Amino acid sequence: MSALLETRSLARNFGAVTAAADIDVTINAGEIVGVIGSNGAGKTTFINMVTGYLAPSSGEILFKGKSIVGKNPRQVMRAGICRSFQVAQLFPELTVLDNVLIAYGIMKHKILPLMSPLATKANIQQAEQLLEEYGITSYMAETVVTLPQGVRKLLDIALAMLRKPEILLLDEPTSGVAIDDKFDLMDTVMRAVRKSGAAVLFVEHDMEVIARYSTRLIAFYDGRVLADGAVSDVMNDEKVKELVTGHHLDIDYEQEVQHA
Amino acid sequence: MKYATTMIIGAGIALLAAGLFMPGWLTFLLTLAFAKGLVVMGLLLLMRAGLVSFGQGLYYCLGAYCVGIAGDYFETQNALLLILLAVVVCVALAAVIGLLLCRYRDIFFAMFSMAFSMILYGVLVKSSAFGSSDGFNVKPPLLFGWTPTGESGPFLAYGLAVVALVGVGIFVWRYLRSPMGYAGEAVRENEIRVEYLGASVRRIIYTKYLLAAAMAGLGGGITALAAGHIDPEMAYWTTSGEFVFIALMGGVGHAAGPVIGAVLFELLRTYAFQISPYTWQMILGISLLVIILYLPKGVWSLVERVTKGKPL
Amino acid sequence: MKLVIAMLMDGVIYASWLFVIAAGLTLIYGVMRILNMAHGSFYAIGAYGGASLVGFYLAGGYPPWGAYFMLLGAALIGGTIVGLLIERGLLRMMYGRDEVVMILVTYAILLILEDVIKLIWGVDAYFAYQPYTLLGRTKLAGLSFANYDILLIFVSALICFVLWWGLNRTRKGKLLQAVIHDRDTAAFLGINVTRMFTVTFVIGAVLGALAGALTAPGISVMPGIGVEVIILAFAVVVIGGLGSVGGALLGALIVGLARSAAVHLYPDAELFVIYGVMGLVLAFRPQGLFAIATARKI
Ligand SMILES: Nc1ncnc2c1ncn2[C@@H]1O[C@H](COP(=O)(O)OP(=O)(O)O)[C@@H](O)[C@H]1O
Ligand SMILES: [Mg+2]
Repeated sequence: MSALLETRSLARNFGAVTAAADIDVTINAGEIVGVIGSNGAGKTTFINMVTGYLAPSSGEILFKGKSIVGKNPRQVMRAGICRSFQVAQLFPELTVLDNVLIAYGIMKHKILPLMSPLATKANIQQAEQLLEEYGITSYMAETVVTLPQGVRKLLDIALAMLRKPEILLLDEPTSGVAIDDKFDLMDTVMRAVRKSGAAVLFVEHDMEVIARYSTRLIAFYDGRVLADGAVSDVMNDEKVKELVTGHHLDIDYEQEVQHA
Repeated sequence: MKYATTMIIGAGIALLAAGLFMPGWLTFLLTLAFAKGLVVMGLLLLMRAGLVSFGQGLYYCLGAYCVGIAGDYFETQNALLLILLAVVVCVALAAVIGLLLCRYRDIFFAMFSMAFSMILYGVLVKSSAFGSSDGFNVKPPLLFGWTPTGESGPFLAYGLAVVALVGVGIFVWRYLRSPMGYAGEAVRENEIRVEYLGASVRRIIYTKYLLAAAMAGLGGGITALAAGHIDPEMAYWTTSGEFVFIALMGGVGHAAGPVIGAVLFELLRTYAFQISPYTWQMILGISLLVIILYLPKGVWSLVERVTKGKPL
Repeated sequence: MKLVIAMLMDGVIYASWLFVIAAGLTLIYGVMRILNMAHGSFYAIGAYGGASLVGFYLAGGYPPWGAYFMLLGAALIGGTIVGLLIERGLLRMMYGRDEVVMILVTYAILLILEDVIKLIWGVDAYFAYQPYTLLGRTKLAGLSFANYDILLIFVSALICFVLWWGLNRTRKGKLLQAVIHDRDTAAFLGINVTRMFTVTFVIGAVLGALAGALTAPGISVMPGIGVEVIILAFAVVVIGGLGSVGGALLGALIVGLARSAAVHLYPDAELFVIYGVMGLVLAFRPQGLFAIATARKI
């Protein structure tokens, strides 16, 4: 296995708050890595640093062996690391179609044209295809603010996938989504991911979802990596039980596995 | 697209034809209104990206002074040459100031752009070579060796204004439908998403700022030729405020908004001033409040409501 | 040496005048997030009110020292009336709108008030120099300063202290700071934000009017003074950091001293210097000197 992404002693603090400390994480091609950790554990901060939104206070980030520290989100994304957001980052007052058209418009042109139209038949068709892949074609003409949470999340992820990333970082893809819809959403996303062959790291609170989709699990606690390894190993780790999942979840988890 | 272009050109020809029969005062009023409309079309590009410049007076005034000063200095009255110069100088200045301004948003963008126009104002009121706060007279323009006089005097500048309006109108109309135009909406709505899609927000804003400066310079240049007199007031913050007023009044949802807004504004101002010289500002202020409260998308939204059945 | 003293004194006098105007502006912004263009009109109303009240008073043959109270009274009455009318009658309909839209709303109010002022006071200049000349002049290092101007420094310092004390040492002031810091949480905690808005706006308006009233004896009060003043005040609060009273003080000193240096050394650069300084500060501290830049959490 070759390491796609590797962080070494990655750290970040906000004033006195240590949001991340000493994070060593390696992600290999083809892996689907789940990330758990209570609120404020530093999961989002980790993704922010990897994608160039936040500069690390110290440490190293290597993508395919090359340092990407100091690159901005645009450069990181062009290199092949894309992400979704905890709160979907869309253009709220525009329609779903316009959201996708703009995304394609930006993606296709390094220098944006001033005079040629964006909403051509061909471009609209392409947008429709994308929406179809994520099963949200029916929302095409609606403005984003009116969309249900799950559709927003899907659109957010769809936009992240446009560039065919080698690594996709998903920040709580199912947060705010009704329990019954979580698996549908994840199925849709994973189908697209499998088609493109990207490695995935996804932050998730629901252990059922973790158990179903991840091949590996990382537990964050207080800005540090508490445990990293096979899903069941991490789930049964004493420290993880005590600090992250809590004992009661332990039982739930076993039941989930039997159901699955 | 072809259809819209044809329509705009048609409207331009109609305006030119109508200009031949208009009384001089109306030609003059419309020329000034169209010149302001040009400035506001530039402002529209910025406002659609969520940036309100309270300093477009900077380029309006600079464009006008370029025409005035160059006319004197090079002893040329060639209208096209002078206006071209005005645009080039404005873009050059914007290329520098824009580097700084594209880092700012919201009221900081508004205030900072205002500060730059006030700097120009401050410089001009103290520069006796250009008539200090009184300004100076601009020589009548010449086009291909023709200087109109008497009744047809205002027509040359009017014609220039209409032609410029048609050109800029077609440009803006197409621009708003282009990837760069859409990128403006995108920047207004969510900069983080724009960056994560791979476009530089600053570069987008910078481009818009340059275009807006060019249009403001164009408007200022035409104003100088039409009015025959320029003064530092053109860079004063109230002039820039007027442009924002016009943009709001006409609406920034469509390229026609600024033109309609500018004509309405000039009419409103002229009539308000004639009816009651002491309360015309009050009338303007009240109109502005009414528009903000009841027509937040400007007068043009009324037109769209009628023609397309769009809700307000 | 003489030049330096003159520059410093003029600078501080100018700064204390600027501070009074800017304090009201920045307070209103801090609490309500409204960059109030009509603040210039409050200033003008204070100036006109002060000038005409002093005129009436002195024409009645009363003791001249009472004129100072007339100035204060004009600011208090004028500021309160206009502040209340505008906040209760108009602004409350607009809360929740975009900050830039609010600038335009207050711009409209400025336009309206400019004409209201003309309707009430006409277009001729008003003079009320008696309070200014009454105090005489002081010689300092061979230079002569009007005592009234020196008094202005103390008045301004007093206002600064009262504001600081009110904000930091009183219960109400602390609640107000809570609103400045985080409006939603403050409302959630049961602070009556609406009432805070009204009180703040009136205090801000009175401060603006007070600046005008205090200036009136030293100038000829005529149309347009408010429009000129407002952008100076903007420069001051932007330099200091919008919403910060301490920032307004620092901004006023910077602008005051810079302007006075320009006036003494190179008068043509007067306006240029003010905005040049503003540009310089913003280029290095985009949010002004006293505001903390906050990255958006995602
Ligand atoms: N932009 C920021 N400014 C200040 N503190 C921040 C910022 N982003 C995150 N933090 C702090 O860093 C810690 C980790 O936050 P985050 O990475 O968002 O946690 P998680 O995503 O695991 O819930 C928290 O204490 C949070 O308050
Ligand atoms: Mg998070």
